[in-house]
Amino acid sequence: MPVALYLIRRLAQSVIVVFFVTIIVFGLLHALPGGPARGILGVQATPQQIAHFNHQQGLDRPLPVQYWKFLIRLLHGNLGTSYTLNESVSTLILQRLPKTLVLTGCSTLLALLLAVPIGMWQAVRRNRPVDYTFTLLSLVFYSTPVFFFGIVLIAVFSQELPWFPSEAPSGDTLGQVLSQPSGLVLPIICGAAATLAVFSRYMRAATLDNLGEDYVRTARAGGTSELRILLRHVLRNSLTPIVAMLGYYVPVIFGGSLVVEQLFNYPGMGLLFWNAAQSSDYPVLLGCVLVIAIATVIGTFIADVLQLVIDPRVKVGRS
Amino acid sequence: MTSLETVPPVVKAPALPLTLRRFLRNRLAVAGVVVVVFFVLFTFVGPLFYHTDQTVTDLLHINLKPSGHHLLGTDAVGHDELGRLMYGGRISMLVGLAAGLLATLIGTLWGAAAGYMGGWVDALMMRVVDAGIAIPALFILLVISAITTPTTLGLIIILGCVSWLVPSRLVRAETLTLRSRDYVATLRALGGGHTRAIVRHIIPNAVSTIVVAATFQVADAILLVAYVSYLGLGVQPPQTDWGGMLTAGLDAVYSNRWWLIAPPGLAIVLVVCAFNAIGDGLRDSFDIRGR
Repeated sequence: MPVALYLIRRLAQSVIVVFFVTIIVFGLLHALPGGPARGILGVQATPQQIAHFNHQQGLDRPLPVQYWKFLIRLLHGNLGTSYTLNESVSTLILQRLPKTLVLTGCSTLLALLLAVPIGMWQAVRRNRPVDYTFTLLSLVFYSTPVFFFGIVLIAVFSQELPWFPSEAPSGDTLGQVLSQPSGLVLPIICGAAATLAVFSRYMRAATLDNLGEDYVRTARAGGTSELRILLRHVLRNSLTPIVAMLGYYVPVIFGGSLVVEQLFNYPGMGLLFWNAAQSSDYPVLLGCVLVIAIATVIGTFIADVLQLVIDPRVKVGRS
Repeated sequence: MTSLETVPPVVKAPALPLTLRRFLRNRLAVAGVVVVVFFVLFTFVGPLFYHTDQTVTDLLHINLKPSGHHLLGTDAVGHDELGRLMYGGRISMLVGLAAGLLATLIGTLWGAAAGYMGGWVDALMMRVVDAGIAIPALFILLVISAITTPTTLGLIIILGCVSWLVPSRLVRAETLTLRSRDYVATLRALGGGHTRAIVRHIIPNAVSTIVVAATFQVADAILLVAYVSYLGLGVQPPQTDWGGMLTAGLDAVYSNRWWLIAPPGLAIVLVVCAFNAIGDGLRDSFDIRGR
């Protein structure tokens, strides 16, 4: 299959996925007890008030009609208005999203910068003490809840050793947040741990696969040094599955950022979502879910395209 | 000609001795089994020997340091922490186990159906899975918690319903290879029903994939229960679980009460590690790829 056709097919798939996501979110909106009216008018509202509100908002129309209107509103970028913050949901998310992206970006970058060499080292030293040690460590980090790791980090590096503040810098703009980098150290490390554990495993497996390939044997037979084989050939080839996994890993990273932001009081989208959950601010909750899901779909798509760019051997016919 | 009824369900002989021997050679996996057995005994048998009152609060004895009387001290409302660790562990492990198995069941049926049907049905079913995966489980769980406070059974069902996606992908991939095997083709040629093909033939042959997926799923579910409770939407007091015991975590850090954080936190890490190690061991001894 030519690459263009593959891309078109992949894009169509992504659109279908986003469509299903909107159905899920719409379903959640209507799973609210008493519907959205209860949420906005409060529990004290009389049945008449609710009926009036429902009529006014078109909530008494058939579900497909409502869903269509919901979809049209979304296409215009209208995610509704927050119940508690008196601001449109899209504005709120646009304020917070960059901060979350910076935090998760730094965490993921840190994790990858460590995971790639660790995984390769493990593969080269397979079944030796180094390999076992890191296998055990990655098992432990993978199995540790992010919040527990964060609590331990705060206890050790903020309470016992007063090296870093236990709260992330607050501030409305990205600049204000970035102006106090010491406050970002613990949140970034906290967000990186689980990702590091997962990706060092993948890198180890990918490197092992490649070390068994014919081209490595040929290079060795030709007298190429082991280090050169690793850095010039194996590294590049092993990165392909890592990039693909990264795309699928986006929702996990966002899930982690929810906990990290809540724990360190970092003013990103996770904290916005957390506060919205406390105050039953449904438009914010559902808006965030929608934005994150779409970000994930885009992330997966980009990862697939990148994979094509990095490794021309990737078969495009795969579904 | 033989009738459909006489076609015996073909199940690969699981070659248990070899599989078991391979598993026993994996020291980490065996350690995992030991840890799980220990915690099952600790949480279910432990309270028979170590009596504590976990329903009535004791405000005269709050936040006590570990001592001979309270081996792990007491918490902010006077519950004995060691007793609470046993009591909470039951819920963590039972809810995790039930939710993990439920997720595997849903995922198996969905994945087997999608892989077996093939074509556009498969494509659509897998896009639903993609959509589910695109929404992080924690976010869905928080939205649900804003709507309602679940009972323990409700919590199991909700957790099962948000985490069946990964097993469904694994089982689908397995089904795709099984579907083309001769015995399934034979069954179809003899006019066997689709449900029969899936339930009697595809799923039994994918059992090693499913068992491994279930083990990882239980590990993930125990973690997820901890997250859910930590975020304050798990089982309600006076019941608790390990994640719930950590909700007061940061306050305990600032007031230097390590005995309220370390035991439940380490218990979660140990049990989840154990299930993951068992899953790794099973996967290697069944010799299947995935995850």
